[in-house]
Amino acid sequence: MNPVLSLRGISKSFPGVKALQGVQLDLFAGQVTALIGENGAGKSTIVKVLTGIYQPDAGTITIDSTPIRFATAQDAARAGVTAIHQETVLFDELSVAENIWLGHAPRTRFGLIDRRAMRDGAKRLLTSIGATLDPDLRLGDLGIASKHLVAIARALSTDARVVILDEPTAALSHKEIHELYDLVETLKAQGKAILFISHKFDEVFRIADRYTVFRDGQFVGEGAMADATEGQLVQMMVGRSVDQIFPPRSHNIGDPVLTVAGYSHPTEFADINFTLHKGEILGFYGLVGAGRSEVMQALFGITKPSKGAVRIDGQVRVIRSTHEAIAAGIVYVPEDRGRQGAIRGLPIFQNVTLPSLTRTSRSGFLRLAEEFRLSRDYTQRLDLRASALDQELGLLSGGNQQKVVIAKWLATKPRVIILDEPTKGIDIGSKAAVHDFMAELAAEGLAVIMVSSEIPEVLGMSDRVIVMREGRIIDEVTGSRMTPETLVRAAAGIAEAA
Amino acid sequence: MTAPANRLIPDRLQSPLTRALRSWEAVLVIVAIAVFVTNAFASPYFLNAWNLSDATFNFTEKAMIAFAMAMLIIAGEIDLSVASIIALVSTAMGLAIQAGAGVPLLVLIGLTSGLLCGAVNGFLVAGMGLPSIVVTIGTMSLFRGISFIVLGDQAFTGYPDGFDYFGQGYVWWVFSFELALFAVMAVVFWALLHRTNFGRAVYAIGNNATAAQFSGIRVARVRFILFLLTGLTSGIAAICLTSRLGSTRPSIATGFELEVVTMVVLGGVSILGGSGSILGVVLAAFIMGMVTFGFGLLNVPGIVMSIFLGLLLIGVIAVPRLLRGK
Repeated sequence: MNPVLSLRGISKSFPGVKALQGVQLDLFAGQVTALIGENGAGKSTIVKVLTGIYQPDAGTITIDSTPIRFATAQDAARAGVTAIHQETVLFDELSVAENIWLGHAPRTRFGLIDRRAMRDGAKRLLTSIGATLDPDLRLGDLGIASKHLVAIARALSTDARVVILDEPTAALSHKEIHELYDLVETLKAQGKAILFISHKFDEVFRIADRYTVFRDGQFVGEGAMADATEGQLVQMMVGRSVDQIFPPRSHNIGDPVLTVAGYSHPTEFADINFTLHKGEILGFYGLVGAGRSEVMQALFGITKPSKGAVRIDGQVRVIRSTHEAIAAGIVYVPEDRGRQGAIRGLPIFQNVTLPSLTRTSRSGFLRLAEEFRLSRDYTQRLDLRASALDQELGLLSGGNQQKVVIAKWLATKPRVIILDEPTKGIDIGSKAAVHDFMAELAAEGLAVIMVSSEIPEVLGMSDRVIVMREGRIIDEVTGSRMTPETLVRAAAGIAEAA
Repeated sequence: MTAPANRLIPDRLQSPLTRALRSWEAVLVIVAIAVFVTNAFASPYFLNAWNLSDATFNFTEKAMIAFAMAMLIIAGEIDLSVASIIALVSTAMGLAIQAGAGVPLLVLIGLTSGLLCGAVNGFLVAGMGLPSIVVTIGTMSLFRGISFIVLGDQAFTGYPDGFDYFGQGYVWWVFSFELALFAVMAVVFWALLHRTNFGRAVYAIGNNATAAQFSGIRVARVRFILFLLTGLTSGIAAICLTSRLGSTRPSIATGFELEVVTMVVLGGVSILGGSGSILGVVLAAFIMGMVTFGFGLLNVPGIVMSIFLGLLLIGVIAVPRLLRGK
């Protein structure tokens, strides 16, 4: 059987990153192909290539053995490729039918929108995927699962032959996931070629016919699902770790600093217990949405936990705001640097001193000389590249902005520093600077928590790794168990190999 | 790149003088001089100390509010109820004289009722998280509405002796009490915005409120205090204006809020928040006052003045953007 869609030798680079290096992928009519890989393996990039959002630097795309180029997203839609994303953009204020047809609504002879054709078409599409929704309902009145069905109907409204499901179950409940499985079966029966992207092995084994594995932007292997075992797939995903050099660590671990007991939140996490020691780097690994950031933001006073206790140096501390967290010696370097970390419109030095103003000022009045001194001390330790300390932060590169954000927190002289995906989206050079600095901090006796989804980073930097899954701590990995396989299995919920 | 690994990063890219010469405030100084010279040539009565002194009453009361409004707008909020606060405060003082209050008590009532109005706005915005533009449009109607209910088509008059000093008194020679108060408040607000931790928090919130919160800034508290300040300055302006007019009508200070916002924006405060200075507001106040006064001397009708001020506002905002080629 010939594939409907076939990719060969696809490469795509971004400054400093080779996202895809000569990968291949085949999709067949009436079959589900699972694309498997760790974070950063190139899954999202390939979806963007397939939907015409990125143009590959090299390689060919063929549909029915005819080479084709997707210059724009419209080209890809016309060729019959459609994607349903993790978070599809829909409009709450429009009706179900309007959402389905937005941008390509059927027209009457006079060029006006043909409402009747729209409603009938919407009904037909919804029925074809087994949904009984009224096309006139306002989308905002529907639940998340129904919205998902609308998103799928919208994707099919372009007469797609290739359907990409990008982590479709991430936001769904157990029951809704089963309905989605039924839907995938329906699409298969209609002869669609389906690309299914998921982190969850149970799903993959349940609905996929074939698999393709990527690792670090490279094609690793493919085959029939029936011939594969979990162990094989994990092995292919992880491979040998990439050649990345991590700084030497002192491993000089002292007394407990932070103790968290029975920490719970109504929806995000439950029964979190751990202890963090002086001089330690504690890694938190898990899939996106496992609740790691939520735990950290509760510790930092952004969200309110429902129960549990936090002790610092044995003293119970109640943290209701970021202000109290900083006073208690806990700081958090957020993952979303642009929104939560950096104040781009303010100069570098004002960013650095913002949480430390009580120390640099006298009776509430600013002392600029003190501010310059403090910000120079810390930015220089992080090897910041900038032309002046009063330069606007927004003018620096992402890596240098991240150094300023980290400097800002260190300047508060914390006891505990939490770094959430500290090297996400920054260049290799800045990455190494951040890693070196983390090792230095731990050696100086700071207690460090690092939330990271990059396995080499977690293993290379941490003394211990806590793995979270669905809001709970699943495993604590130390010593010889600190291998990529253990982390991947724990995070995905697969039993450890005997 | 051969730079050493730990080279020294200088504090400043430009000297403070270069920075000052390139600033928006420098443009405003030029505009102010141009308006001054034009006026001096256009009317023989312009260059007269007492005439100029009279002219300052065109802006002093509004500018007092504009200082607090500038800080509020820099923080990304707005208060459109300030003119209605003046009406309510003035009414409160009018009720107090009916009850026989003396001057010190009148001033106290003026200040506290202004603060209370600010607290209402602040609670709704900072405490309940409602958008300030909606809240203050609401309280704009509410505060003046109360004033109308109390007064109907009546007016309070008969303010006691001594109360007239705030709006009509002179500190020394041609310098009125209002002008002196304006100068003192300019210095106080300059220090508050540009020289204190509180002022820094205001800029941080206006640039990125989420990141400010993540940096330990108590965002809601800062916002609440800013509304207290616009309430308080509106109370001060109400005392001055009531004293100057010698009476309270519910229509007092109608339309002040837009002139205050115009002054702030003309002064270079970004309407989107995050940037601006008190010096800019001071200069904008002088420019608006002189334009109004100069046109008055030439017997230009009020509506033409509004047209000119509107064009001036759009012009000073648009021209720099056009020059930058955007």
